[in-house]
Formats: sequence, C-alpha cells, structure tokens
Amino acid sequence: MIEIVNLSKHYPTRQGAVAVLQDINMTIAPGEKVGILGNNGAGKSTLIRLIGGIEQPTQGHIKRSMSVSWPLAFAGGFQGRLTGLDNLKFICRVYGTPFEDKIGFVEDFAELGKYFKEPTETYSSGMMARLAFAISMVIDFDCFLIDEVVAVGDSRFQQKCHDELFVNRKDRAMIFVSHNDHYIKEHCQRAAVLQQGHLHQFDDVEAALQFYHQ
Amino acid sequence: MQGTHRSTLLHSWAIQRRVIGALLIRESLTRYGRHNIGFLWLFVEPMIFTLFIVALWTMMRGSHGSNLPIAAFAITGYSSVLLWRNMSGRAIGGLGPNKTLMYHRNVRAIDVFIARLSIELLGATMSFAVLSILFTFIGMMDLPEDILKVLFGWFMLAWFGTALAIFLGALSERSEAVEKIWGPVSYILFPLSGAAFLVDAMPTQFQDFLLLFPMVHGLELMREGYFGSAIHAHYDMGYMTIFNAVLTLLGLANTRIISKTATPR
Repeated sequence: MIEIVNLSKHYPTRQGAVAVLQDINMTIAPGEKVGILGNNGAGKSTLIRLIGGIEQPTQGHIKRSMSVSWPLAFAGGFQGRLTGLDNLKFICRVYGTPFEDKIGFVEDFAELGKYFKEPTETYSSGMMARLAFAISMVIDFDCFLIDEVVAVGDSRFQQKCHDELFVNRKDRAMIFVSHNDHYIKEHCQRAAVLQQGHLHQFDDVEAALQFYHQ
Repeated sequence: MQGTHRSTLLHSWAIQRRVIGALLIRESLTRYGRHNIGFLWLFVEPMIFTLFIVALWTMMRGSHGSNLPIAAFAITGYSSVLLWRNMSGRAIGGLGPNKTLMYHRNVRAIDVFIARLSIELLGATMSFAVLSILFTFIGMMDLPEDILKVLFGWFMLAWFGTALAIFLGALSERSEAVEKIWGPVSYILFPLSGAAFLVDAMPTQFQDFLLLFPMVHGLELMREGYFGSAIHAHYDMGYMTIFNAVLTLLGLANTRIISKTATPR
C-alpha cells in the first residue's frame, strides 16, 4: 500500500514560492495499475519523484508499506568512469541484493557485448538506455514508477522490455505518468488527472481521459 | 520486502552502513580507477605534498623558533593541515555530481559526505603513518614520547576536519559564495593553524588569539606527544571538544535542511 496524505509541494523561485502540487490524497493498493495524466508542466514528474522519495514534500506525507522503484529506466545515477558491471554492482549493494546471480541476466538482456565491462561514458545513448532498463529489472520492487512511455531500442528490444515488465511482473503495482492516451488505456485500471496542482481521480480510465480532453 | 523502506532504528543503521559501503567502493573506483598504482594514490598523493613541505622547511631550517627536529615538526604540522583542508575541499560542492544518486531513496546527502570524507581521512592518516615510520626508520625522527597523546590529537583533528567539511559541504549547496570564499580563507588559515610554529614561541599577546583556532589545540597536543618535555605545549581539549561538537551539530542541521529541499535533476 502507498498512502499519499495531504501532500503539497512548493518550489522557491525568485518571484516567491510556486505551488506545484496542492493537497493531494491518493492510495495505491498492491498490484494496482494507476495512470496519471496531465499537460506538460502539470507536475506529473514531481508527483512521481515524491512517491519515489527522491524529493521531500513541503507538506503532508507518504506512507509506503510496499517497496517502490526509482523511475524506470533512469540512467542518471550511473557514473561514467565505471563500467556497466560496476554500476550494476553499485545498485545491488545500495538495495542489499546479491549481484552474483544478476550479472548474467543484465549482460544478456542489455545486449552490450564486451562493452558491459567498459566505462559507461563510452556508451551510446541507446546502450545506456538498455543498461538502465536491465538494471531496473534487477531489484524486486512491489511497485514500479513509469515516467513516460518506456520506448527503448528497436522494436524487438521494446517487445523484450514489454514482456519483462508487463508479463513477468504483471502482479506488481505500477504508476504511469504520461500524456499518451493509448499507453494509459492499454495498461491502467484507473487514472487521475493533474490540473493546476490538484489531482482529480476517476474510477475508470475513460472518464479520466474525457475529463482530460475537455 | 527486505531493505527497501526504513522502519526501525536498527534497520535504518543497517541500510545506512550498506549504502555508505557501496558509495565507498564507487568513490574509490571512480577516483583512483584500475590504472597504474590505483588505490595507492590514496596516500601517495598527500605523502608527496608532505615530502615537499619537509624538503622546503629543511632548507629554511630554524625558522620555526625551536631546535626540534625539522622533519618531525613538518610532518606533524603539514599532515594535520591535510586533514581539515583536503576534507573540506572534497565536501564543498561534493554533492553536485552525486545528486542523481538520490534517485535511490536510501542514498542521502549525509551518506555521500561520510563516504567521501572517510576516503580522505584514510588517505591523510596513512600518509602520516607511513611518513612517520619511514622517517623514524632512517633516523630523521624519534619515536613519540607518548603515542596516546599523538593518537588523541589526531583523532580530535580528524573530528574537526570532518565536522568542518560537512558544515561547509552542506552550506555550499545553499550558497555558491561558500566555494568562492573558502579558497582564500583556507589559505589564510594555513599559517594560523599552528603547522609552522609552536604557540610557545609566539609573543604572549598573540598566543591567546592563536588559541581561538581549534586545530592549534589538537596539533599542540600531538606535538607534546611527540616531543614531550622538550616543548611547552598550549592546549585546551575541552575548548576543542565543544568547538567540534557545535560544528558537528551545525553541519548535521544544515545537511538536514538540504536533504529536505534537494531536487536532483
């Protein structure tokens, strides 16, 4: 369960504080697939980052009784001078997971060949994205945060990602942030719309989409 | 699920130890890599610095106002400067390149500081130990009269260095001025830190002013441990303890503030 209680987030600017999220309440149960819709700048990513614990709320709190991933396929935490393998080991150490049995999976899944043992600063953006996705699959989270469509690599690789996430992990909770109707419709049971800092929740995706496009 | 949310204090401690361990490996791999002498740079770099100072001061023999062996004087003095100056240098702006790590909820600002500073402390300590043993072996230094005083002095200086570094490191996240000002300030502090003189050799009216600087106390204690009855050391470890404790609290409070407002890209 993830419980978001009276959550607000303000950012300081030189023209005074800007309220990005105001008084948001939401509960996500184990296994639920929830979409969050909103225009650019509506605060979708901020909400995801708060749920992930990357940033701290200005007011309110989030209670997590299930483990929550970092935003999927995020590659920012990789250190360029370390190899793909070093970065995998680092993530495993941080989350307290043994890495010995993960090396084979990541090496195979990310299709980096001998570059797996080269510094990530030598990777192309595609290689980086493949490694990031593979490493995201290594830690066994109860809830995955998915910021925008996961579209990594060619169509064959995308199919592989799709199977890994939506087939092998279909029992997990997932929170999707997107302005792509099709994507939300395909994966979510319910959805909410962020508008001017407020969250409007709907029990079915169609109603949310209708509200979103008004 | 195990290890993914902080619950009890004991559990938090286990997570923090794990995270700091992971950061330590990452930092040292990134900094020293797997090329040429690798990890040896950890203490070879500060050793080279200290050796230059020893050579320089040996050539200017006698200017420190006593007839103590110059090598021992320079090694104790300069090693102590390395502690607080290098540690602060690593912490100021040190969070910037590591901010994206905070995408992993369990990695916190204080963990990044602790990992970075541990490496710096280890390097300075190994450099000091290796040089002391080396110079004792070739007869340019005598064994300390009271090794416990040396160790206590070093511990207090290390604490001061750590507290100062965390304080400045956290403050530098809130204001860019810190980084700009610390350059000249650390330059001024070097001659005032006691590295190049004994407090006793200074004019009496100047001594009280010098003893305002906490690192002078730690260094005087260390030198008393080394030279014992040959010098008259001035220190007040109570003063240094209080100074360190207050600085530690300010540093932790600042780190808490930046953790609350940090926005990793």
